[in-house]
Amino acid sequence: MTIKRTIDQIHELYASGESTPGEITKAALDRIERDNAGLNAFLMVDREGAERRAKAMNAGIKADLTHKPLAGIPVAIKDNLCAEGLRTTCASRILGNYVPPYTATAVRKLEEAGAIIVGKTNLDEFAMGGSTENSAFGPSRNPWNVDYVPGGSSGGSAVAVAAGHVPVSLGSDTGGSIRQPASFCGIVGLKPTYGRVSRYGLVAFASSLDQIGPLANNVRDTARMLQVISGHDRYDSTSANVEVPDYLGALTGDIKGLRIGVPSECFGEGLDAEVREKVEAAIKLLEDRGARVVEVSLPHTRYVVAVYYIIATAEASSNLARFDGVRYGFRAEESRTLSEMYRRTRDEGFGAEVKRRIMLGTFVLSSGYYDAYYEKAQRVRAMLVNDFAEAFRKCDVIATPTAPTPPFRIGEKSDDPLAMYLGDIYTVTINLAGVPAISIPCGVSKDNLPIGIQFIGPHFEEARLLNAAYAMEK
Amino acid sequence: MKEGWEAVIGLEVHAQLNTDSKIFCACSTSFGEEPNQNTCPVCLGLPGALPVLNRQAVNNAGKAALAINLKINPESIFSRKNYFYPDLPKGYQISQFDRPFSEHGQVEILTSERDEGGRPVDWQLRRFGITRAHIEEDAGKSVHDIGDPTKSHVNLNRAGTPLLEIVSEPDFRTSWEAYDYVTFLRRTLQYIDVCDGNMEEGNLRCDANVSVRPAGREKFGTRAEIKNLNSLRFLQKAIDYEIDRQIALIEAGGEVVQETRLWNEKENKTYTMRSKEDAHDYRYFPEPDLPPLEVSQAWMEQLRAELPELPEARRQRFIRQYELSPDEAFTLTGQRELADYFEEAATTAGNPRAAANWVLSELLRELKNASIDITRSKISAGSLGSLIKLIDDQTISGKIAKDVFVDMFATGKAPEEIVKEKGLVQITDTSAIEKVVDEVIGANPKQFEQYRSGKTALLGFFVGQVIKATGGKANPQAVNEILKSRLDA
Repeated sequence: MTIKRTIDQIHELYASGESTPGEITKAALDRIERDNAGLNAFLMVDREGAERRAKAMNAGIKADLTHKPLAGIPVAIKDNLCAEGLRTTCASRILGNYVPPYTATAVRKLEEAGAIIVGKTNLDEFAMGGSTENSAFGPSRNPWNVDYVPGGSSGGSAVAVAAGHVPVSLGSDTGGSIRQPASFCGIVGLKPTYGRVSRYGLVAFASSLDQIGPLANNVRDTARMLQVISGHDRYDSTSANVEVPDYLGALTGDIKGLRIGVPSECFGEGLDAEVREKVEAAIKLLEDRGARVVEVSLPHTRYVVAVYYIIATAEASSNLARFDGVRYGFRAEESRTLSEMYRRTRDEGFGAEVKRRIMLGTFVLSSGYYDAYYEKAQRVRAMLVNDFAEAFRKCDVIATPTAPTPPFRIGEKSDDPLAMYLGDIYTVTINLAGVPAISIPCGVSKDNLPIGIQFIGPHFEEARLLNAAYAMEK
Repeated sequence: MKEGWEAVIGLEVHAQLNTDSKIFCACSTSFGEEPNQNTCPVCLGLPGALPVLNRQAVNNAGKAALAINLKINPESIFSRKNYFYPDLPKGYQISQFDRPFSEHGQVEILTSERDEGGRPVDWQLRRFGITRAHIEEDAGKSVHDIGDPTKSHVNLNRAGTPLLEIVSEPDFRTSWEAYDYVTFLRRTLQYIDVCDGNMEEGNLRCDANVSVRPAGREKFGTRAEIKNLNSLRFLQKAIDYEIDRQIALIEAGGEVVQETRLWNEKENKTYTMRSKEDAHDYRYFPEPDLPPLEVSQAWMEQLRAELPELPEARRQRFIRQYELSPDEAFTLTGQRELADYFEEAATTAGNPRAAANWVLSELLRELKNASIDITRSKISAGSLGSLIKLIDDQTISGKIAKDVFVDMFATGKAPEEIVKEKGLVQITDTSAIEKVVDEVIGANPKQFEQYRSGKTALLGFFVGQVIKATGGKANPQAVNEILKSRLDA
């Protein structure tokens, strides 16, 4: 595996003149080119643009280092984030060769901070899935063992970091899509508080759950990325007008007295023994470093997968209505009527999982079913928010496994959507409650596959999560 | 309407709110641009774009809601109305459903049936309930290619224009009540400058729900919804057509089916557009991209304070205070500036009746001929009032006043100035008039003889001659009296 450099290490090379953005970027692009046939992390590589922008930074890089936190850093972004002029597919046929005319706020912030966007990464189609197998352009593969899935839906972004293509990447997380692939690929992934990062330019899956967040090899780089992309955006009415703290400055590693809540509901049936062992060991480690473990309860945990798949699919059924073949993207040709054009375009353009979710979502919003499904799910969601508020009276951070199992084999769950959905049990709750959570590696299985632990914090307490993760990482 | 039947009518009015930019993006709302010129990622529904609510649209909606006595909800929520159509870029319309912007309104307006010539026959004050008014975005327009029937084009310039949908209670019983209500809405919204109210251009659109039932029965009949009513006249005619159609259908043993019908203005008929079975399930749910819309008490009070006296209230006051007819008061309150003008002229003149007459006949005619509106009249309201005073205190005659008015309209000069310049002061001095009378009688011996022999109708001839000889300045009443005394002596 390639030597992975941190942002700080790359910046040292720039400061000392040992290397330049042009060289680092070229090296990244070369590695991507070398690996992509095997790993399929990238759906599009902007070699020409990235090299041009990187070289243009060479001369001024030392000055840039003083005020651009990502000066000359190659970054990969998930292919459901718009960047002007770069083809955006969401790993779907239906977007065809769609090229957005504008740039997502989070991506623009990366560029303003000096990052070099090298390409767009693979995902489950429209971010719907937990393995990146639902991509219309083939699955990504886990760099730890290419027979295994890298997780999803931000699988490509996780692989690109884990394989050392880029030090950091952006993903999106609707029900675990950053944290679970981070866990499966042995890296760090953070889902910020809902509203912390602007969603403008993120192709929506479930608007009330989606958040953009960073994936990185270490906590410091994660913090730095979060620092850059956070903040209020007037183009996203759901982005929060809450001050952004100094995330890097919060990394003291001191967790003395930190109360770590452990919810028994997350350590019961369905949890793989190896995962349980590693996660419990990690909690023990934190205890050794001064944290206090307290028992908390998340009593509605057994409903979360059902609630999530009602709310997320309801919103998705509406969000994906715009892909109709009228204005952009793929259109089934030779249709005789408008409704035939709609039907064929959407039938041929969407993959099986996306269609399944559109149908589910359409059903739960239908007249006569709305109250029994969507309305009830919203009420349970409100209870979940309350569960967390209660739990955070007793603790500062909640610790759970990120996923109930280590990575599984490609194809292992492809024919069993329900088994796949149950893998989301520890992550979807967080999106439903809108709180932040981070996944960091806590061990390796006997098959040499990574296992992650998840820390959950109260709204806008990312700094606390990052520091807890940092303490573990040390 | 046929004896023994009653119609029940409810109206849904869509008013485009006057704003500089669209409701959820910064694109211009200007009319008549090249197709798809006024668009951006948001109103094109491009992937990843998000809506941001325009404050100006909410402001206009607030004013409109208060003007028609609706209660504004302190918190309302936007919902998505899901359906597929090529001119609906996102595949859903952002509208409001469960908790709308405003609810529970009621208006009291003058309404009247019309005779065959379309003239009002009996103005009555009636109350109509308004269920709700909610904020939503407009769709774009589909244009079907006449040259190539396999092609249709979509113009999204209109997509995202702010709308206020005003839904009435089923309180109307005749087409003219509906006509007067929509007229009232249009005038009110124009008056407070929140909507242009042009039905032909589509910035005020109206759908009517019509059903019939035997007179005296409580239960509503099955209703049909009529669309495509792009003028007040079409609205009225379509409702009448629909009432007759439904009655005839039932009397022939048939049944009204719940459906949407389109008005065909060429044939003066309504046609089935889609039946209930084809009706959409819109799958409304709360719009997750927009937080609830919060309206503070302070802001609402501020809006209320900014509202002027509204045209219908003003009309009713004019009828009471100035003893004008409902029709006169209707015309005078059609535009805020015109109503202000009338009141100022009436006050200056101390004669509201005369002020109303002058404004309604002379002034409006001249304005129309010159194709200008009241704000560009060269005659100020004060000047018109002064002119009326000059008549009332007999400085000039009514006939001279009309000439002075024409001069004022052209030059903008004060009436006193024109009267002085042209020496138009009325002659009321009896001796001066007597002198002219004697001259006129002396110059027309033949007519004098005829008069004396009983042809007294010639009095008019003599009056005319005397007025003419004084250049119109002689007071006609004095001339009459003096002539009579001389001729009959």
